[in-house]
Amino acid sequence: MADEKEVLLTLEHAKKSFGENHVLRDISLSVEKGQVVAIIGPSGGGKSTILRCATMLETLDDGRLAYGDLVVCENGTYGSKEVQQQAKMRFGLVFQDFNLFPHYTVLKNVTDAPVTVQKRNKEEVEAEAMVLLKKMGLEGKENHVPCELSGGQKQRVAIARALAMKPDVLFFDEPTSALDPELTQEVLKVIRELAEEHMTMVIVTHEMLFARDVADYIVFMEHGVIVEQGPATQVIDNPQQERTKAFLRKYE
Amino acid sequence: MDMAAISSFLGLKMNFDVFMGLLFDGFGFTVGIFLITLLGSLPLGVIVALARMSKIKPLSFVTGIYISFMRGTPLMLQLMFIMFAPYYVFGMTLDANWKYMACAIGFILNYAAYFAEIYRSGIQSIPKGQYEAATVLGYTSRQTFMKIILPQVIKRILPAMGNEIIMLVKDTSLAYVLTIAEMFSAAKALAAKEVSMIPYLIAAAIYWVACLIIEFILNKVEKKLSYYHD
Repeated sequence: MADEKEVLLTLEHAKKSFGENHVLRDISLSVEKGQVVAIIGPSGGGKSTILRCATMLETLDDGRLAYGDLVVCENGTYGSKEVQQQAKMRFGLVFQDFNLFPHYTVLKNVTDAPVTVQKRNKEEVEAEAMVLLKKMGLEGKENHVPCELSGGQKQRVAIARALAMKPDVLFFDEPTSALDPELTQEVLKVIRELAEEHMTMVIVTHEMLFARDVADYIVFMEHGVIVEQGPATQVIDNPQQERTKAFLRKYE
Repeated sequence: MDMAAISSFLGLKMNFDVFMGLLFDGFGFTVGIFLITLLGSLPLGVIVALARMSKIKPLSFVTGIYISFMRGTPLMLQLMFIMFAPYYVFGMTLDANWKYMACAIGFILNYAAYFAEIYRSGIQSIPKGQYEAATVLGYTSRQTFMKIILPQVIKRILPAMGNEIIMLVKDTSLAYVLTIAEMFSAAKALAAKEVSMIPYLIAAAIYWVACLIIEFILNKVEKKLSYYHD
């Protein structure tokens, strides 16, 4: 059964509106283990809302949300607090504006949740965090506080913080939108390395070249619907839908 | 040191050490009122602030009225009300020590209202992203508040809290309306006895020094928290 792909995230017929504004209209999406999915599309198309619903920062009005065999939401009805807490241990989220804890050092930002929430051994978590920080190119920064770091460094701390929880899926919500081009590259490099290690990731991004380069699968969204989805090279190099073509033309 | 000499220099009839003894007896009550008020109102203020921000509308409404009343009426009036309400409203006979209780209740309720508003402004100034990051990482709402939000709130509200705490040093003098022998009452009695302004001047100096000490401590705390900014 080696080629049987394990599905880590399922969204089926997901619907979400804010008042009269239908942000998600019947979205279905599944993410397999080791897959890197990029969600692209114009602003206000519902890209971020998908991530916010998948990470339970927003609730779906209707549809299904499951992490592997763990069903979080069925027909818009959410499971118990315990189920939701279990689900939270299966994903991590990297925000556009980092949202690091400013009063904690870099190390504590990374270790506090595994120790406080997952009740893991502090020494063990700290040792792992040091390895993660080194991997993120943040060696020697562990005792700094976030305000002493550049935007790119902050975002890499945020990635380390999410990874320290050992998630199955890592979500990125426009991870480089708050960064200037130079700093963008150092964050993208880290994400690219994670992709090479087959970390399962879902990335909302405006970086088309990066999406094509790193993602296996691309989802193009507009007006709350998935207009087109498929293997990255196919969607970017040979889009089938007029809307996708028109959108990608702006990036040429 | 010749206490009688100091007394004659200042134009006081009683010996200076006796004089200062009486003033410091009053100061003991002043410190007592100050500490008990802080001990009660600092934590109570957190609860009041959370109730004020509660999604339960009636709770938030009632708390809002409480805060508005406490801030909109004189503390002196509130003290008198709490002092005599058990007698006039409930027909109870008042114990001789009731005035100390009434004083503590009045000051704590009043200051909790002020502190609650400061806490609330501090809590509401924390960006939504901090809550979202904590939620996604699986922190419970209690852990989020105690570990992530409150420490940041304390840093932000420290200057406003400092003002309020210094106000409290001086407000303790209002306890004289309940015939509690704090330092202002002592100074007033001494001024009458001595027919002199000196007791007021010395009392003023002691209040001032107390405030300077508090400012010094607050500056230290502020420095300690300046290791980060957001």
